[in-house]
Amino acid sequence: MEIILDIIMIPAVLACIKIAVIILLFAMPLGTVLTLMERKWSSMIQDRVGPNRANIGAFTGHGALHLAADGLKSIFKEDTIPKGANGFLYLIAPFFGLIAAVATFAIIPIAGPIGDFTFQVTDINPGLLFIFAITSLNVYGAVLAGTSSNSKFALLGGTRASAQMISYEVFMGLALMGIFMVYGSTRVSSIVDGQNEYWFGNLIPMWGIFTQPLGFILFFTALVAETKRAPFDAPEGESEIVAGYFLEYSGMRWSAFMLAEYVSLVGVAALMTTLFFGGYHVPWLHLWESAPQWLVTVLQIIKFSFVTLIFCWFQIQLRWTVPKFRFDQTMGLGWKKLLPLSLVNIIVTAFVILTLA
Amino acid sequence: MELKVKRMERVDGIKEAMFLPGIINGLRLTVKHFWRNLFGARDVVTVNYPEEKRHVSHRWRGRHRLTRLDNGFLSCVACYMCETVCPSKCIHIEAGEHPDLSVEKYPVVFDIDELRCVFCGLCVEACPKDAIRMDTGIVSMAYTSRQTFDFTRDLLRDSYDPNTHSNPKYKDKDLPTPANQTEALPNSHGVPAS
Ligand code: SF4
Ligand code: SF4
Repeated sequence: MEIILDIIMIPAVLACIKIAVIILLFAMPLGTVLTLMERKWSSMIQDRVGPNRANIGAFTGHGALHLAADGLKSIFKEDTIPKGANGFLYLIAPFFGLIAAVATFAIIPIAGPIGDFTFQVTDINPGLLFIFAITSLNVYGAVLAGTSSNSKFALLGGTRASAQMISYEVFMGLALMGIFMVYGSTRVSSIVDGQNEYWFGNLIPMWGIFTQPLGFILFFTALVAETKRAPFDAPEGESEIVAGYFLEYSGMRWSAFMLAEYVSLVGVAALMTTLFFGGYHVPWLHLWESAPQWLVTVLQIIKFSFVTLIFCWFQIQLRWTVPKFRFDQTMGLGWKKLLPLSLVNIIVTAFVILTLA
Repeated sequence: MELKVKRMERVDGIKEAMFLPGIINGLRLTVKHFWRNLFGARDVVTVNYPEEKRHVSHRWRGRHRLTRLDNGFLSCVACYMCETVCPSKCIHIEAGEHPDLSVEKYPVVFDIDELRCVFCGLCVEACPKDAIRMDTGIVSMAYTSRQTFDFTRDLLRDSYDPNTHSNPKYKDKDLPTPANQTEALPNSHGVPAS
């Protein structure tokens, strides 16, 4: 028993266990379920019934079995490689996006630390800069898929995706600059702890959304554009370039793209929760001083998951509300509006911080 | 006459350029629908066919049916009116001598190829004896073999529906063909056994 505990407490082993738990028990299942939820929720928004046909005997589970049916279908579908495609790049491209999406969770804490043990894979000093590095890796997935498919549509989609993602990375970084300035660190744990302070006695928690409302909107917009979801889904225009950069894919590799989209949706939600909604900190919980440690941790996990789920829902709701931007509008919005706004945000934040100091 | 033209004004300005008021307006609408439907699916108009069926008017022209007299005889007197009027030439009748001399004729063979039928209803209107009707309520015919669509006289008479096997006398695979129907089925003359 002790030996097992000793082995578990080796940092590398511990990190592996955390990775497995966070990714296999949180990110991936949530992403997978969201593929179905998006279809169900969109049907509710549009007064439809949604998927409800897959069944085992009389059991349909309100469409829950569609998950299994879709998975089975993708596994047994032929994995086609188009003629003239660059085989190797074509085959590995789907996993860039997936890896990038999953890697986001490396720095996200889902509960407060208990002693030395943290509920976070790693709390590195660069913190959010790591996220920026990872999201730029995301571009490769789209670009490689687009160029290696030997298809004009895919190439156009890949070009659009890369242009859009590279542009929006700029505003993503600039929009977060305010957060760095307010909480004085790029380290995620410091930012989360900084949000546990309160204004006016114990009235309003210093959450990112209250300290950086404009930054919140800008960062959220940039993240939505990064995940290439509506309204910024110009890389996959049905009417112009069919499915865009992953047009030629089928079977499991196509599913990898879809899964990457939904995992990064969860990633965005988790990131928004961490940076703008106090992370795992349950507001006003510190007033209850005698709360047992385990209960606090459980409440923190619940709070984090709840807000994350709300954000997942919100992104899906947004997708079924807002019409898509034309590609030049996407770029115009980015360079002509978000860029100046994020610069203004930085300047105003700096002024306020200096005045208050 | 002056045409009514509605000119849409393009609204420019800070409110439009910000997108946010528009997005919030849109979200108000979609979230309203989402919550309404999350609790109770009140607005969904979908009919879950085939479990639920839409109400079909009784005047809807469905599959044909041969009516019977009170004594069990087919009303049809094999006058060939329907066969003549049918625009798609899908009715095939062969007349035979009826045991009751006052009736004279009855159809020995009465086939309708429902694949060729255009459901115009002219046969129903042409019939002087009200012997053929399209009121079975079978409005969707989706079978797996062409042969199933060749409805013979007795199948038409019994309103047999291959999909639901509403007539337990026949199985899907041993549908009688026109050639062997007189031997295949007892009582196939439309004449009561007594
Ligand atoms: S409905 Fe029209 S097409 Fe069909 S059998 Fe009657 S007359 Fe012919
Ligand atoms: S169904 Fe009517 S119209 Fe047709 S042959 Fe019989 S009696 Fe004549």
